[in-house]
Amino acid sequence: MRGSRVVAGLVLAYLLLPVAVVVGLSFNAPSNRLSYDFDRFTLANWADPCGPAGLCASVLRSAQIGLLATVLATVLGTLLAFGLTRHRFRGRGPLNALVFLPMATPEVVLGSSLLALFTAGAVPLGFWTVVIAHVMFCVSFVVVVVKARLAGMDPRLEEAAADLYASPWHTFRTVTLPLAMPGIVAGALLAFSLSFDDFIVSNFNAGTMTTFPMFVWGSAQRGIPPQVNVVGTAMFAVAVLAVVITTFRRRAR
Amino acid sequence: MSDLVLQGLTKRFGEFTAVDALDLTVPAGSFFALLGPSGCGKTTTLRMAAGLEEPTAGRILLGDRDITGLRPHQRPVNTVFQSYALFPHLDVAGNVAFGLRRRGVRDHAAEVARMLELVQLDGLGRRRPAQLSGGQQQRVALARALVNRPQVLLLDEPLGALDLTLTRRMQVELKRIQTEVGITFVHVTHDQEEAMTMADTVAVMNAGRIEQLGRPAELYEFPQTPFVANFLGQSNLLAAEVVERGAGYVAVRAYDNRYSVPAGRCRAAGPAAYLGVRPEKVHLAEAAAQVPAGHDSVAGVVTDWSYVGVGNRYLVRAPWGTELAVFSPNTGEGYYPPLGGEVVVHWDPAHAFLLDREPGAGDATTPVAPEPTGVPA
Ligand SMILES: Nc1ncnc2c1ncn2[C@@H]1O[C@H](COP(=O)(O)OP(=O)(O)OP(=O)(O)O)[C@@H](O)[C@H]1O
Ligand SMILES: [Mg+2]
Repeated sequence: MRGSRVVAGLVLAYLLLPVAVVVGLSFNAPSNRLSYDFDRFTLANWADPCGPAGLCASVLRSAQIGLLATVLATVLGTLLAFGLTRHRFRGRGPLNALVFLPMATPEVVLGSSLLALFTAGAVPLGFWTVVIAHVMFCVSFVVVVVKARLAGMDPRLEEAAADLYASPWHTFRTVTLPLAMPGIVAGALLAFSLSFDDFIVSNFNAGTMTTFPMFVWGSAQRGIPPQVNVVGTAMFAVAVLAVVITTFRRRAR
Repeated sequence: MSDLVLQGLTKRFGEFTAVDALDLTVPAGSFFALLGPSGCGKTTTLRMAAGLEEPTAGRILLGDRDITGLRPHQRPVNTVFQSYALFPHLDVAGNVAFGLRRRGVRDHAAEVARMLELVQLDGLGRRRPAQLSGGQQQRVALARALVNRPQVLLLDEPLGALDLTLTRRMQVELKRIQTEVGITFVHVTHDQEEAMTMADTVAVMNAGRIEQLGRPAELYEFPQTPFVANFLGQSNLLAAEVVERGAGYVAVRAYDNRYSVPAGRCRAAGPAAYLGVRPEKVHLAEAAAQVPAGHDSVAGVVTDWSYVGVGNRYLVRAPWGTELAVFSPNTGEGYYPPLGGEVVVHWDPAHAFLLDREPGAGDATTPVAPEPTGVPA
C-alpha cells in the first residue's frame, strides 16, 4: 500500500517536473539571453507577455490554425466515423485501415511529402497549407475516437426513440448525437492539441509563416524569451481548469 | 380501437427461419400473451409489429389499415423492450416524457408524474437510469411506453427482472391498467403462470410457429400438441395405439394395458397416439382394491419423491420402465407413499386426453428432475 503510494508519487513528480520548471521560469528574470538559471523573481514577464517580437502573433496564428483545423477535422471525422460504423458498403474494410495510415506514418515523411505535393501543385505555402496539413492528420484521430464511442452505443436506444414517435432526424438529434457527443468532444480536444502542438509538419509547409512551436524552436537558437514560459503556464492553467470543470460537472449529476 | 392482425408473417435471417408464416389476430382491447421457449421467435414477432424489423413476407394490419410499410415512429404502437433500452443521457422523467414530447403533447409533466406514481417511482424523476435498480429500470421502461396510450402495447418480458412480490403487484397493476385504458396488450413471456393469470388469450409459440391459441383453461385442460402439453404445465404422455373408437369413447392400448378417453378429448387422427394426463389429475393408492370404480390405473414403484410445500411430487416407475409424474396436493389427507413403495397410480378417464403421435415415438412425459430429498419420514 505505502509502496504503491511512493511509486505513484514518483511517477507524478516525473510527469509534472517539466511543468514545474516552466511555471518557475515564467517568473524568472534571466541575467542574459542564454541563461536558463533562475536568477531573480519577477512579474514583468506576466505583465508583458507580448514583449518579444512575433511571440503573440505566433500564438494567435497557432490558435487560429488549431481552431480551424479542429472544426474541419471534427466535422469530417465524425461524418466518416458514422459512415464507417452505420453503413455497409464496398471498400469499408480497406477504408477502415486507410484511416489509420496518417497516424502510423512518421510525421517527417508526412510533412515532406505534403511539401512535395504543394510545391508540385504550385500551391503557395502559408496559413492554408498548414491548415490543410493539420486537418489531414487530425481527421484520423477524430475518426478513431468517435468510432469507438459509436461502436459502444446500444442500437436499441435508437430503436426505442423511433418506437416513441421520433423521426430519423429527431432520433439523431435527441438520442444519437447527445450520446456520441463525449466522443466528438474528446476527438475535437485531441485534434486541437495535436494541431496547436505540431512542429514538424508545420515547419515543412508554413513557408515564411511562423506558428507558436516554430517560434519557440527558432528562438531556442538565440535564447528563449521567458515570456514563452508565460504562454506555456497559461496554457497549462487552461487545461487544468477544463479538467476540474468537467470533473465537477460529472460529479454534480 | 382495432384488432392487430398478422397475416403470413415470416422472418428469415439468412437460411434460418425465425418466424414462420404466422397468422394471428389479436382482438382490440384484449390481453394477449405470447408464450414460448427461448429463441422461438417471440421478440422477432414483436419487432416486426413495432416496425423495427422488416418482415421477409406477410402483412401486419391494424383493423383494416395495412401498417406493414410504416416506419416505427409512424405506428400507434409502443414497445417495452426486453433490455429496457432507457436513454442514459436523460433522467427518468425525461425518458417517460420522450414520446409525449415528440407528439407535441403539452403539459406532459403532469402526465409523467401520474405515470411514475402508477409504477411506484414517484420521487425518482430526476434520477438517471444508471442510478436505478434493475426492477426500477424495468418500471421506467413500462411507464415510458404506457404513458403514450398507444393502440397496441408490445411488452417483451416486462417483468423478468422483478422479485416475486413486485412481479405479482405489477401483474395486477398491468391487468388493471389494461382493463381501465382498454389498450391492446401483447405480452411476451416464457413464464407460463404469468401468461395464464394475466391473459385473455394465450398463444403458445414454438420454433417460429403458433402451436395453439386459446383461453388459458382451454390450453391447459386440453392441449393440442405434445409440445403444448409439456410447455404449459407438465404432462404424462404415454405412447399408445388406438384400438377402438366407440360411442362416446376412444380406447387405446399402451404397454398391454387398455385405457379409455372420452371421444371429445381425442385429438388423435391415426392409430398412433399419446395418452395424456396431468400429474395433479393422477392419484396414488396403496392397492388396486382402493382404486375407485371407473378409474384407469397402473401399478408401479415410487422412484423419486420431493416435497414442495404445496404438495408432494412423485415419480412412479411403471412395469414397462418409463416413469409417471404424480403431484399430490398437500391437503393432509390422502396416501403419501415412501420411496421404493409399491403403489397403484389411477386417474379418471374424463381427465385424460389423446394427442397425435409420430409412429415409433416413445413416451413424452415432461422430463422432471426433482431434487433428491432422501428417504421420506
Ligand atoms: N438479427 C438476427 N440475426 C440472426 N438471427 C437472429 C437475429 N435475431 C434473432 N435471431 C434468431 O431468431 C430466433 C428467434 O429470436 P427471438 O429473439 O425472437 O427469440 P425469443 O423468442 O424472443 O427468445 P427469448 O425468450 O430468449 O427472448 C433465435 O434463434 C435467434 O437466434
Ligand atoms: Mg426475446
